[in-house]
Order: sequence, then structure tokens, then C-alpha cells
Amino acid sequence: MATYTVHVTIENKPGISDPEGETILNDLVLKGSHKSVSKIKTAKMLKFTIKEKDKKTAGKKIQEICDELRIYNPMVSKVTIDVFD
Amino acid sequence: MNVGVVVFPGSNCDRDMFHVLTDVFNLNAQYFWHEKGLPNNIDAVILPGGFSYGDRLRAGVIAAHSPIIKDVQKMAEKGIPILGVCNGFQILVESGLLPGVLLKNNSLNFMCKWTNLVVENNSTPFTSQFKLNQKIPIPIANGEGRYFVDETTLKKLKKHNQIVFKYDKVVNGSSDRIAGVCNEDGNVVGMMPHPERAVESEINPIDNKPSSLIFESLLSTMGVKH
Repeated sequence: MATYTVHVTIENKPGISDPEGETILNDLVLKGSHKSVSKIKTAKMLKFTIKEKDKKTAGKKIQEICDELRIYNPMVSKVTIDVFD
Repeated sequence: MNVGVVVFPGSNCDRDMFHVLTDVFNLNAQYFWHEKGLPNNIDAVILPGGFSYGDRLRAGVIAAHSPIIKDVQKMAEKGIPILGVCNGFQILVESGLLPGVLLKNNSLNFMCKWTNLVVENNSTPFTSQFKLNQKIPIPIANGEGRYFVDETTLKKLKKHNQIVFKYDKVVNGSSDRIAGVCNEDGNVVGMMPHPERAVESEINPIDNKPSSLIFESLLSTMGVKH
């Protein structure tokens, strides 16, 4: 068994408005004259620490937890799972 | 008639709801802690507003896993009237008893103000005493009150007459200005505004009668004279 850190990023699906991201873009970044930035999306990240036999199993287990306990709401959100050694 | 008021860690409208049920409508109300079960002699269940678990992760999602929710689900299947107000609505949505999701208000603000609802469905146990399209002046108090459903679900809601209340104008960016919905059977109703804050003339400067009809509808459904 090894210990892995798993980052779970929860963000709105495409098409679901993200007023916080839009405000950061329009009222902070673009007003700060950083015109090369075209989009900002906010997200919530959870960092799990988990003991599993390998990296793949760790990612799979975290995905199961996210689905079972509705860590994200599948109607409006998606999750991205990144496993680190 | 016995009405159960479910209390979660962080509920803060439970006492207001209890007061209205007992002192205004003379009902036999009881509190039920979320870790307990619901007895069989309960005739209706109310999930009050508040900030269960401090809205951590997402409003209502942690409370939706509370042990009492299994009993609420069983009662919902039996056709017992169930009302979720504000955080109670969020919990019903997150537990799968009602469709949709409640997102942060478009303004990103916590909104605490009087709104006007329009009754879209007067065949639920909580709206039977209303006329269709009747207006209800009623306050909202929420940060995550923007009801959202995708287009497919919205069509289903319309088909099954599940939209119970709409705001009379755009308030927070909700899909189709929806403020409250019910399940397909109509016995489970969720709404963001707070009827328990609007049924007494002392705290309702506009008109307390329409909000009272929400509770009078329940009394009428259960055959209780008021």
C-alpha cells in the first residue's frame, strides 16, 4: 500500500454560468489591463490523502466516493481527478 | 394532526416554523433531530431553513446524507406531505426527492428581501387553497437560491405540472423564474422563500393572508378545521 494525494477539481459544466469567474475576469483582470486573458473559471478543489495499492486504484476509489456521496452535483458540475505520488 | 420539524446541525428557522405551526395554526408540532427516525404517527414533515453543516461543500448536500432522510424518503413514497423551505428545499434537492439544483444567486450576494411569488400549481397539499396565478408577498433569505434545471428536466417539470411557485420577475437568475417545485406525485414541495416569516401581520407589512394559505392548504388537505 502506498499513500497518494488526489486532487478533485469541481467546476461548472460548459454552459452553466459562472458569475464569480466572470466578475474576476471583467472587474479585476481586464480592468488591470491584462487583455491577453479571455476566460476565468472558478472551481473548488478538494485534496484527498488515500492509501491504496496503486495510483490507478486510488483514482478509481476517489471517483467512486465522488459519485456515491454526490461530492459534485452531476446536473451542473464535473470533476477532474488528478492522482499524485 | 402531528407535524414533524426536522432539525439539522445549523438549522436556524426550526423554531420560527414550530412557532407558526403551534401558536398560529394550533397544530401538534414536534422537533426531530436528524440522527433519529420519524415515528409512524407523523402526518406531515417540514424541513426548515438554515445553514445545515454551515453550507460546507454545497448547501444541503451533507444533511441529505443524514439518517432521518431515509425516513423522509419512505414517507414521501407513502404520499405524506413534505415541505422543504430554503435550506430544507436544498436538502430535498440534494437527497434526490426533488429535481434540479440550487446554485449561487447570479448577484453572488446573500439576498434578503421581499419578493412576490405567483402560484403555478394549486393542486399540492401546500397550495390547494390558492387560486392559480395568485400572488404571495414573501421574503427570501439565501445565498444559494438560484434554482437550475437543464432544458430536458424543465420540459418534464412543465409536463408533470411540477412548477409550484415562480417569482413575478427575475430575482436571482433561476431557470424560468422558478421559486418552488414539487415531485411528480405533488406531495413533496420545496420553496426558497420563507412562509413562516410571512404569516403574521406583526412581521408582514404587506399582506400575511396569502402566505397563511400555505399552512391552511395543509390543514385542509389533512381535514383539520382552523
